[in-house]
Amino acid sequence: MAQSAVLTDSGPKAGRNFSRVQEIIKDYGATESALIPILQKVQDEYRYLPEEILTFVATALDIPPATVYGVATFYAQFSLEPKGKHIIKCCDGTACHVRKNQTIINAIEQRLNLSDGRQTTDDHRFTFEIVSCIGACALAPAVVIDGRVYGQTTPERIVAAIDEIEEADKAEAAQ
Amino acid sequence: MTPFAKLNSPSELDALKRKAISAISGCATRVLVCGGTGCMASGSPKVLEALQSALEKHSVPVRADIMNEEDEAAISIGYSGCPGYCQVGPIVRILPADYFYTHVKPEDAEEIVTQTVLGGQPVQRLLFNDGSESYATRDDLPFYKDQVNVVLADCGVVEPGDIRDYISRDGYRALAEALYGLTPEAVVAEVTESGLRGRGGAGFSTGRKWGFTQVVKSDKKYVVCNADEGDPGAFMDESIMEGNPHALLEGMAIAGYAIGADEGYIYVRAEYPLAIERLRTAISQAEQAGLLGDRILGGPFSFHIRIKEGAGAFVCGEETALISSIEGQRGMPRPKPPFPANSGLWGKPTVVNNVETFANVSKIILNGAEWFRSFGIESSPGTKVFALTGDVVNTGLIEVPMGTTVGDVVFKIGGGIRTGKAFKAVQIGGPSGACLTEEHLDLPLDYDSLRSVGAMVGSGGLVVMDESTCMVEIARFFMSFTQKESCGKCVLCREGTRRMLDILTRIVSGRGKVEDIDLLEELALTVRDGSLCGLGKSAPNPVISTLKHFRDEYLAHIVDGVCPAGECDAFKTYSIIEEKCRGCGLCAKKCPADAISGEIKKPYVINADLCIKCGACADACKFEAVTLG
Repeated sequence: MAQSAVLTDSGPKAGRNFSRVQEIIKDYGATESALIPILQKVQDEYRYLPEEILTFVATALDIPPATVYGVATFYAQFSLEPKGKHIIKCCDGTACHVRKNQTIINAIEQRLNLSDGRQTTDDHRFTFEIVSCIGACALAPAVVIDGRVYGQTTPERIVAAIDEIEEADKAEAAQ
Repeated sequence: MTPFAKLNSPSELDALKRKAISAISGCATRVLVCGGTGCMASGSPKVLEALQSALEKHSVPVRADIMNEEDEAAISIGYSGCPGYCQVGPIVRILPADYFYTHVKPEDAEEIVTQTVLGGQPVQRLLFNDGSESYATRDDLPFYKDQVNVVLADCGVVEPGDIRDYISRDGYRALAEALYGLTPEAVVAEVTESGLRGRGGAGFSTGRKWGFTQVVKSDKKYVVCNADEGDPGAFMDESIMEGNPHALLEGMAIAGYAIGADEGYIYVRAEYPLAIERLRTAISQAEQAGLLGDRILGGPFSFHIRIKEGAGAFVCGEETALISSIEGQRGMPRPKPPFPANSGLWGKPTVVNNVETFANVSKIILNGAEWFRSFGIESSPGTKVFALTGDVVNTGLIEVPMGTTVGDVVFKIGGGIRTGKAFKAVQIGGPSGACLTEEHLDLPLDYDSLRSVGAMVGSGGLVVMDESTCMVEIARFFMSFTQKESCGKCVLCREGTRRMLDILTRIVSGRGKVEDIDLLEELALTVRDGSLCGLGKSAPNPVISTLKHFRDEYLAHIVDGVCPAGECDAFKTYSIIEEKCRGCGLCAKKCPADAISGEIKKPYVINADLCIKCGACADACKFEAVTLG
């Protein structure tokens, strides 16, 4: 992930620098069929889809902004809200459900102090999502933290992993 | 991997195959660490690293490129695909002896190197042990004994990152034979004759589907692989793509030749990053070898494959929705006809098949339709890969002949219930599927038998449940899934799934009414009959089947106010275990409802009538004396 893009484009001047988006559009081609890959790449860069960028993409692809907005809101992968630095995904596939993943979900929400459907912590450090099956069913229940899969896991282990990440972040900030 | 020349004819492919076989046989020992999603999550990358450094420590020369015959080192090490038995991972296999090591930790690397690689003896404690005896090789394991591997035969043995390994096992020979020995019509005829039916779940004849597309005249046609394996509890397509990606590519290329297409798309879920990475590598290697791209094997046929990543929408598993998504639109289904065979991707004739279907094709072309028909049953030939998960001893991927009974899968291969509790049900086919119960243990698993009891193969997820699983809660779980995933196009599906979810939530929260059952049934049938696509048509299945087999459980929630499985929190009560309570009184202080009373240093009690089930007492207790049950 391009750290610099996040720093410059998620602040108060969000969306004013379109050069990276232009590069992305150039890479995939300015056609409607490239819309989903373009949005995926934009989200990789910015961690979400800023509104200004959606309208920019619409203009570049010569399609109505409503169409772009329609696609961006249709797919679960896209987020119109900024996400946290660390992404925690709890798999909610059948096997994980049967092996009682609810205790893990409760523990994470409690640890991150998230309630009422809020997904991202106030300090934008963590985003917690309950996602559809990630295909690690034989290792249920499973949680993915920043791309790493934790299989046959427990609430305690996940909370410990979150503690570790927080410690590492603090150590990094102190340096 | 060293680059190699483009192959210009079938004989050059044969030559490469011979070279690959000779190179592999020159390697006295192959160490294969499972590189499937499951084992990687259990820590196989660290195991691979530890093995590599142990080999280095003992100065064992390792062949960097297994296909480099000039390298005198006789040991190779690398990732294999998923052998299926995820439960016992990380798995390490040592060929050619085929020692099958389970639960391998980085600390075991030293012993594996000294005892097996250098000493030629198995490390006894790492062999699979079922409690009474240990099993040295893969084929000895009870988990594999009753399986028949066709699609997964090479999965877990070939290195997915090296096309030459696949070629050494007859890879791309079917494509060569089709291009140089068969007309497109003959390919379609062979696939039709084999009786192969779509492994995505609906079970339509693959050969007939190809035939419809073949006869349409068009300047452009497409082959699309549906790898949007969205059913929760299913991961067989993922494992095929990760473990043997070339089998899929070869099948698609053969389909392209058969229908007259020069372009193919694989639509993969974004949730499968490893599969996407392996497919990209495989495509680039196949293009380099002249087995994909322009003028395949020096002949006139060209075929390009591109990958499209999904963006998280279950409905995109429906073929018309999938096509819309590739075109860059919202993935919403449209009415059929026209079928994709006539008007598919960008309005052109298109064949859409599932991963496992394509992975069967090369085997059929190589071995013939009759060979394929020797597996399974008359109406459903071949094998089927199932993802066996849930409360069963052995979880993982299994491949069995079509028509194997439910009981054999759960008890023989699955090893029965892991919790020691009683078997309750198997959920098959995910959110579109149904529950099979004890009375179905003799039911053969095939398209038609399952349909006869209101279930479906779906993509092949089999989730086993023991008696502690509440069936009303399972119905609610699936309904919440389909409700979220309904694309919203059809009113009946959009509103109906929401209303059913509301009712089911009400029942599991202890607020159900007797008339809810009739209302649920009516809604279920209306949504089933009035929706456009498979998602809506099958969304009520979990409700219909649980109402049919577990109506008592619904009634127990509504009328008796109990959850017989003891799962639903709303029916549980908090209580204090006398022996554990030290009488500190903290719980009573924390209780916002003043429901706890007692004397200091004596066990406290909870008044169930006042308790609001907030759990503050359980959180406060330092002695784990508060239980919910």
